[in-house]
Amino acid sequence: MRFGGLLANHDVTFDIYPGEIVGLIGPNGAGKTTLFNCISGFLHPTEGSVLFKGENLIGLKPHEICHRGLVRTFQITQPLRDMTVLENVMIGTFCRHPQTSQAREKALAILETTGMWPKRHQMGGELTIPDRKRLEIARALGTEPDLLILDEAMAGLNPTEIQDAIELVKNIQAQGITLFIIEHVMEAIMPIADRIVVLDAGRLIAEGPPSEIVRNERVIEAYLGEGRHAKRKQHSS
Amino acid sequence: MPKISRKTVLTVLLYLGIVAITPLCSKAPFYRHVLIMVGLYGLLGVAWNIMGGYTGLYSFGQSAYFGIGAYTSTMLLVKAGVSPWIGMICGGILAAIVAAGVAYPCSRLRGPYFTIASQAVARTFQILMTNWDYVEGAIGIPLPLMADTWWLMQFKGKMPYHIIIFSLLGIAILVCYYIERSRTGYYFRAIRDSEEVASSLGIDTVRQRIIAAMVSAFFTAVAGTFYAQYVLYIDPESVTQHALSIEIVMVAAVGGAGTIWGPVLGAAILMPISQYARALLGGAGRGIDLILYGIIIMLIAVVRPTGILGFFQRKPAIEGEGGDDIGTTITASTGTDDEVRGSAGQS
Repeated sequence: MRFGGLLANHDVTFDIYPGEIVGLIGPNGAGKTTLFNCISGFLHPTEGSVLFKGENLIGLKPHEICHRGLVRTFQITQPLRDMTVLENVMIGTFCRHPQTSQAREKALAILETTGMWPKRHQMGGELTIPDRKRLEIARALGTEPDLLILDEAMAGLNPTEIQDAIELVKNIQAQGITLFIIEHVMEAIMPIADRIVVLDAGRLIAEGPPSEIVRNERVIEAYLGEGRHAKRKQHSS
Repeated sequence: MPKISRKTVLTVLLYLGIVAITPLCSKAPFYRHVLIMVGLYGLLGVAWNIMGGYTGLYSFGQSAYFGIGAYTSTMLLVKAGVSPWIGMICGGILAAIVAAGVAYPCSRLRGPYFTIASQAVARTFQILMTNWDYVEGAIGIPLPLMADTWWLMQFKGKMPYHIIIFSLLGIAILVCYYIERSRTGYYFRAIRDSEEVASSLGIDTVRQRIIAAMVSAFFTAVAGTFYAQYVLYIDPESVTQHALSIEIVMVAAVGGAGTIWGPVLGAAILMPISQYARALLGGAGRGIDLILYGIIIMLIAVVRPTGILGFFQRKPAIEGEGGDDIGTTITASTGTDDEVRGSAGQS
């Protein structure tokens, strides 16, 4: 993906297998959200392809991609403010259930599993940050995806809320939904991810299980900067 | 909708009752004229509301569709002797097609940009009609007086007009009621809040916007045909002028946009004021009725931006938590608010 003279993503190739949780990490400005936008159809990459269930998604609009079973959430939460929590989720469930009554039933079931049921009549605009993040996920689940991609679903949460969010993510995986997650909070992503993909300055610099990633030289360098990294080396030697 | 609730039945009866009783209160033709204007603007407001109130596409160009309705039925009647009832349907369909043709290229325009585009289309249409000789240009078309029959939609008295316009309004309200409860209505509101979210959740936003524009244009054109038959004279100045587009928006905004009854209520409040003010003060000083109008709008904007219905509408309070007095009043969505809170949480 190129924006004028800026290469936001370059030569990024990786796979996600069904049932996995894959984490995407990288310093600020590494191009993580751009990558998400390319996958979900909000941006059309200048080159390359995105294969999902054997089909190339490039050129499809976001709503077409959603119908194929791939849905995303937004980093900056966007609750539909003038609609209740229930109605917010119904917008998602309408994707597979055109009848209002069915969509409502399905939405209530999702609200129950995501723990948002007690707040179903609250307006989207009145929610707190953790609830907004949760609503983003609940709404996306409403479309019954095969692959759910979460853009920083845990940023801005306190440790207890992060634990809740981790539980929710594990729950979603248990339902057979594959997850691809951008996350800055390492404590959150490292224990749950099967594999981690690391971006830096638009390029893929590492890929592998969390235990390998934390020891990867290039990843540490990207995060701590060369100077600090060099010092750390001296220190330890 | 298989189940009809008692509330629905009561609402229908109440509507029919008010429609039946109000014209009997006075025999004065002007009083009945005011009622018909309430019906006409109610219909126009309800039609605008489908697009502006629910979908968030603030069209300031409804006069074009009103004009299409008025001109289509009139031309068919004058040139070919076709009944205005058929002309009404033809006008509505033509307006819907034109609306789709306008909505498609405008599908990437949001907020004020859409408003400007809609206005430009309507103004172009007015210039076109003023200079088109086949439709008599600026001279306008007087409708020939033929006979006092339902088939030709021409009557000596005002009662048949009253019945027709409030039947049309009733149909429009039923359509609106159905849309509000169906998937389409939910999709419209989702688009109003955020097109980005809507499309990420599988909504074809372009398609939904075109549907909203078509339904809205259809009913606006139907009102145009009614107007032509009621006044029996049309010219570009009366059926395509910009002031008409603005009045339509005001009716909905004052009553309460995005609600079924808001535009009807708005018409019921604004039309008597404008009509009586014009009758009483029209000779004394031109424009005093407009000043009154302006004052009302300022009051609404300051006191209750969601319109008069906003006074009565309360969303259900949060269950199990304290009183919910957090404003649901100001509907303008600001992304920045989100960002501020979001980043505050992160730091």
